[in-house]
Amino acid sequence: MQTNPASYLGRNRPEPRYSNDRLFWGAVLGVLAGGLGYAALRTSQGRNSVTDRPPDSAPGRTARRSRFGRYAVVGRTVTIAKPRSEVYAFWRDRSNLASFMQNVRSVEETGGLNHWTIEGPAGTEVYLETRMVEDRPDEMISWQSTDASDIETQGKVLFRDAPGDRGTEMEAIIAYVPPMGTLGRWVAKTFQAEPRMQGRRELKRLKMLMETGEIATSALRNSPS
Amino acid sequence: MRALTWHGKHDVRVDTVPDPEIINPRDAILEVTSTAICGSDLHLYDGVIPGMMSGDILGHEFMGRVVETGSKSTLKKGQRVVVPFTISCGACFFCQKQLYSACDNSNPVPNQDVTENLYGHAISALFGYSHLTGGYPGGQAEYVRVPFSDVGPIVIPDGMEDDEVLFLSDILPTGWMAAENADIEEGDTVAVWGCGPVGLFAIQSALAMGASRVIAIDEYPNRLELARTLGADVIDFKQTRVLDALMDMSGGLGPDAVIDAVGMEAHGFGVDTMLDNVKQNIGMGADSAHALREAIMAVRKAGRISIPGVYGGFLDKFPLGALMEKGVQVKTGQTHVQRYLDDLLRRIGDGELDTTFLISHRLPLEEAPKGYKNFRYNQDDWTKVVLKPGTAAN
Repeated sequence: MQTNPASYLGRNRPEPRYSNDRLFWGAVLGVLAGGLGYAALRTSQGRNSVTDRPPDSAPGRTARRSRFGRYAVVGRTVTIAKPRSEVYAFWRDRSNLASFMQNVRSVEETGGLNHWTIEGPAGTEVYLETRMVEDRPDEMISWQSTDASDIETQGKVLFRDAPGDRGTEMEAIIAYVPPMGTLGRWVAKTFQAEPRMQGRRELKRLKMLMETGEIATSALRNSPS
Repeated sequence: MRALTWHGKHDVRVDTVPDPEIINPRDAILEVTSTAICGSDLHLYDGVIPGMMSGDILGHEFMGRVVETGSKSTLKKGQRVVVPFTISCGACFFCQKQLYSACDNSNPVPNQDVTENLYGHAISALFGYSHLTGGYPGGQAEYVRVPFSDVGPIVIPDGMEDDEVLFLSDILPTGWMAAENADIEEGDTVAVWGCGPVGLFAIQSALAMGASRVIAIDEYPNRLELARTLGADVIDFKQTRVLDALMDMSGGLGPDAVIDAVGMEAHGFGVDTMLDNVKQNIGMGADSAHALREAIMAVRKAGRISIPGVYGGFLDKFPLGALMEKGVQVKTGQTHVQRYLDDLLRRIGDGELDTTFLISHRLPLEEAPKGYKNFRYNQDDWTKVVLKPGTAAN
């Protein structure tokens, strides 16, 4: 709280050139509002400061810090208006996964291992091999990548009855080690740059498929004519 | 096929575009027989709704004949149907509670990101109303693809004319829900801002629900006359101080319920309108809301506010203090169209509701741009435009 964030953020930036009045006045308003907001924040937080915070009830991945050891963590919960056993069974059948996961081309199961073919950067393919860590029917499935994988990752999905007959609350949590290089940049783009977006998109497609039997599209035709 | 397409602010054209196809199992394809220009289409025409792309097909009030069905559609070829402007899956938490316009599953996943970030939750899909609400091609066209056709469309019995039932698609249930959201009780005085089609239907609905007096506020003589014909008292805000008049006309109490059927492009004399318009024009995402502010000031203590008017962005100078200190209740939202269709179709059939009195012009689809222009700039004479794709241009 010692550094004025406005000056900190602006320190290394070149002098902006205002292309028109709108941008200029927008910037002026923004600076004014930012200054006032910051002053208000200082005032309100000057009192009642807390130094020691016990853990709260929220999932760990919603914490303000973004790394847990080597791992980055993303996750999301979705409510699906179907019984828990049905949602579990759909997820357990690995051949269903590619139907709602946009970047996943195929998932095959051989010898207790799952082989994922994932669409990578610039037409390449990323290979992921996972083994099941735990499988508790209608409750939880967890997995971990093997050494043969291009990405080091582990994850789990949890199935709970939603309150008030709303169906099933399904929570997906994926932890991964952000890799380096081209692959790293792609992973960053897929997971990090839009940290909640990719995961929440997959879960929405799953929800659509399970609840309505199809995935909504506003296209006019199947293929461009 | 021919379709009315959007190309920018005040630029709509009838273009030749590909015919729609069945894509998902629950789809149907309609040959459109009647389709109307909605007041909310004027927000698109004026370019104040974000998320539009050049070439988008407009139109969310339409009906037609079923010409093709997907494997899971419950419609049959040849049936005449009216289609709700809200697209709803029928299966999610919201649809099961009949909150159809809050459907979780109709807006395609990539289109949900914008409103999830802007509003905290992704909103459901509408026909022909920007990519924020799905980017679905609309019904101001010769043909239209209708998703979830087993949930939305209502089959129209033979013997009922298109013009009698077309407005089941949007403005009739929207006016009805606006009145329902005002929780009208016997003896109520209800004030309605805006005598466009939704305002007029809200007036008719409020009277049908037992309001003893409805006061309609607008500036156009023809529109005020339509309101008067329905049984409302009227205020012309260009010649009368609205707040003073409403206090006096409600016995010094203030209206029990108020309805804002104007929305984000309100105009008036106030400084607030000028500032709103400046911000709207420089794209700061601000709504112009003179009518809403006035409605909040007008409503009696512990009264009710219903907002069927469309808003998309942010509002300042919002009289939040008045809202809280007077203990006012607010209800709003896009219409849960499917919830009202059976009841309203029956009321039309029984002659309880008049649905054709507001139609001022019927045009072939090819003349749709002329319809937009006049509906926008000759509001006094052009109260409602219905397009007939099957008829030839003059």
